[in-house]
Amino acid sequence: MSDDTAASDGGPHTGRDEASAAADGGSPVAPGADSRPLPGEQPGPNERDHPEGRRNLEGIRIDPVVEAEHESHRAVISALVEDEPGVLARVSGLVSRRQFNIESLTVGPTTVDGHSRITMVVEETDPGIDQIEKQMSKLKPVISVGEVAGDAVTSELVLLKVEADDPAAVHAVAEMYDGRTVDAGPETITVELTGDKASIDNAIGAFDRFGIVEIARTGPTALARGNTPTAPGEKPGTAAEPTTHDD
Amino acid sequence: MSDTAAQPRSDADESDDGSTAAATEEPTEPDEHQTAGPVSTGAESVVAALEAAGAKTAFGVQGGAIMPVYDALYDSSVRHVTMAHEQGAAHAADAYGVVAGEPGLCMATSGPGATNLVTGIADADMDSDAMLALTGQVPTEFVGNDAFQETDTVGVTRPITKHNYFASGADTVGDTVGEAFELSRAGRPGPTLVDLPKDVTQDETDRTPGPATPPAGTDPDPNADAESVEEAARAIEAAERPVCLFGGGVIKADASDEARTFARSYGIPVTTTMPGIGSFPEDDDLCLSWAGMHGTGYANLAITHTDCLIAVGTRFDDRLTGGIDTFAPEAEVIHVDIDPAEISKNVHADYPLIGDAGRVLDQLTAAVRDAPDAEAWRDRCDEWRETYPLTYATPEDEPLKPQFVVEAFDEATDDDTIVTTGVGQHQMWASQFWTYTEPRTWVSSHGLGTMGYGVPAAVGARVAADTMGEEDRDVVCFDGDGSFLMTIQELSVAVREELDITIAVLNNEYIGMVRQWQDAFYEGRHMASDYTWMPEFDKLAEAFGALGLRVDDYDEVAPAVEEALDYDGPAVVDFHVDPAENVLPMVPSGGANGKFAAAEDQL
Repeated sequence: MSDDTAASDGGPHTGRDEASAAADGGSPVAPGADSRPLPGEQPGPNERDHPEGRRNLEGIRIDPVVEAEHESHRAVISALVEDEPGVLARVSGLVSRRQFNIESLTVGPTTVDGHSRITMVVEETDPGIDQIEKQMSKLKPVISVGEVAGDAVTSELVLLKVEADDPAAVHAVAEMYDGRTVDAGPETITVELTGDKASIDNAIGAFDRFGIVEIARTGPTALARGNTPTAPGEKPGTAAEPTTHDD
Repeated sequence: MSDTAAQPRSDADESDDGSTAAATEEPTEPDEHQTAGPVSTGAESVVAALEAAGAKTAFGVQGGAIMPVYDALYDSSVRHVTMAHEQGAAHAADAYGVVAGEPGLCMATSGPGATNLVTGIADADMDSDAMLALTGQVPTEFVGNDAFQETDTVGVTRPITKHNYFASGADTVGDTVGEAFELSRAGRPGPTLVDLPKDVTQDETDRTPGPATPPAGTDPDPNADAESVEEAARAIEAAERPVCLFGGGVIKADASDEARTFARSYGIPVTTTMPGIGSFPEDDDLCLSWAGMHGTGYANLAITHTDCLIAVGTRFDDRLTGGIDTFAPEAEVIHVDIDPAEISKNVHADYPLIGDAGRVLDQLTAAVRDAPDAEAWRDRCDEWRETYPLTYATPEDEPLKPQFVVEAFDEATDDDTIVTTGVGQHQMWASQFWTYTEPRTWVSSHGLGTMGYGVPAAVGARVAADTMGEEDRDVVCFDGDGSFLMTIQELSVAVREELDITIAVLNNEYIGMVRQWQDAFYEGRHMASDYTWMPEFDKLAEAFGALGLRVDDYDEVAPAVEEALDYDGPAVVDFHVDPAENVLPMVPSGGANGKFAAAEDQL
């Protein structure tokens, strides 16, 4: 490349002079004195050293010996929220915008007026679950959020409408799964069942032979066992004594 | 979390008797809040709350549903700057906030007014800029009926605000506005919005808004966990190839002094992100300038080869990291951030330090006992600096180079000059070939990449500087031809308000960054990137009432720069630059930072 520049004859500075001033913080050097390489004269990617290490998709450095891959798993997340307009939209919008894998979401009142509990079942890696909790914590109406410990009590309700060709058999199966008949007509019978995901899946399998017309499932809701708070920092409370969080 | 988090967060606390629950908390910053004066309507309560919170300037556009609030502004100390378009109002407010270090304020009516703000709100959200948007709304009883100029503004802006509010009554609207203003700057800053139904602002109330406070639990503890700081300090002491990465959070936290002290105390080379430009002086021996897609080769090599990355106030955006698999792949990462959700979101933090950038940097400066033994590493960084300088050729047979124009303005102005930009090639040259030494002098659209940001941002920056009594500072907007045409109407505001700004259009008759990508990745097929249909900007500037100049050659640059800067009012210089010039170096999208292309043929 030539050192001749359009502005070198009479112009105040050449581009390269200015560039050197910018990078060095000093005064511009005289035209022609700048020997700094132009872009085309600089070494290419293959002429440079590159580190051996790598990170995985979650930005975690990969141990060359044991590659740390996170498996996704099912987790129940419980959030204590202020029951204000739009809170469900804020939570569901967050989950969808950030592409979290969500299986179900239920919401209902708590012991405290003005507070609701949102229970979400998600299928995510551990870092993904952390992200959901941290992002939800940032929503103003969210008071507290956390993963419910693995041995939590979880239950969901299902309404199951089957064809009424053999009412006695339907009743028998319903009793077998601790269900109860909530509507019986000439053509259909509706059964209500509660339980954890596995027992409900089993029950639905058993009703299949009658011809299932419609199903409505609530998705699981959950409480932690014993004295463990369901959402972190949550304290047992009543309407007169609000639940709070410590941290 | 601060003790305010222990306060129950029910609405009742802020609406029963005028004294908010959090009002008894110790103040965390100088108390600039005044008590709001008497009010008679919801709109007056809104304005009283703004005045009490310290808002000095609003940018906006009038309209039906917001008229009561504008009427209340008639007698207010808050200066209102009418913009030509609501997008301009949002960008001006955003830039005002960046320069002034306080929340910007923008206003618009319902429906199209609110939707026109959306781009600017999203821009502020991506760049974590404190801003409050006030939007008119149809009267409460019409909401949901698809009334004239009705849009679900709260719904539309929910994903792009830190939080937004639908004002529910004249008695509480002032408190809501005050809270939204404070929330925008609490913790990690970001935009907030209050939607104001016309009946709420028109209704009578005599309830004076209480002192503005952010919602409980949103003003986090500024100090990082002491034990974690100690662990991070040990990692820094043991590092052989440490490098700092200062992000926009350093500037937002006003932590540039602490950042400089930390890096210089321990001789740690410094890179910045693009929003972090100005956090550390680029003419400092330790400074490697900014890293990322079009960052310097030496910054990208430093963050690639480091064994200890001290990242402060950055969210590891993909334009910074390139491919995550090759980002600082051998580094232990110390990540300082006020927002716990940024920790390990994109890059795993080995040492997470949650807190205010300045406070945590002070903690680190105190905790590190011995500087890391990094002399060989500093020498290596210096070698990279010499091998991969930011340079460009200026052959006689090629048109004026845009980089030369940027350097000419840098040469002709003081260090406190504020630079605003649009988005594209001109933005990259403005960030590469200007030597930034002070925070809040680089005002750009980073995360959202909003073409058209430059001119309204220059308006907001100028008004902010003037409001702070810094009338002597220059404001220079570098714009592209494509960007300029997107918000050129705001030039009329600069003329009307007699704002002393200089707009340098680096006119290459292309939407240049797209043209560059088409040449690199689409076999040179210039689909919809050819902008030969641009108006003559110098003449257009004159028609607006501004000074208009045109420059085609090197020898015209210096005189035009001088004339434009000397002109007391808005000046536009249309620099016709080389349409073929590319932005280099370049890390291809998703590529390895260390494999940046120094020249086109390396892509």
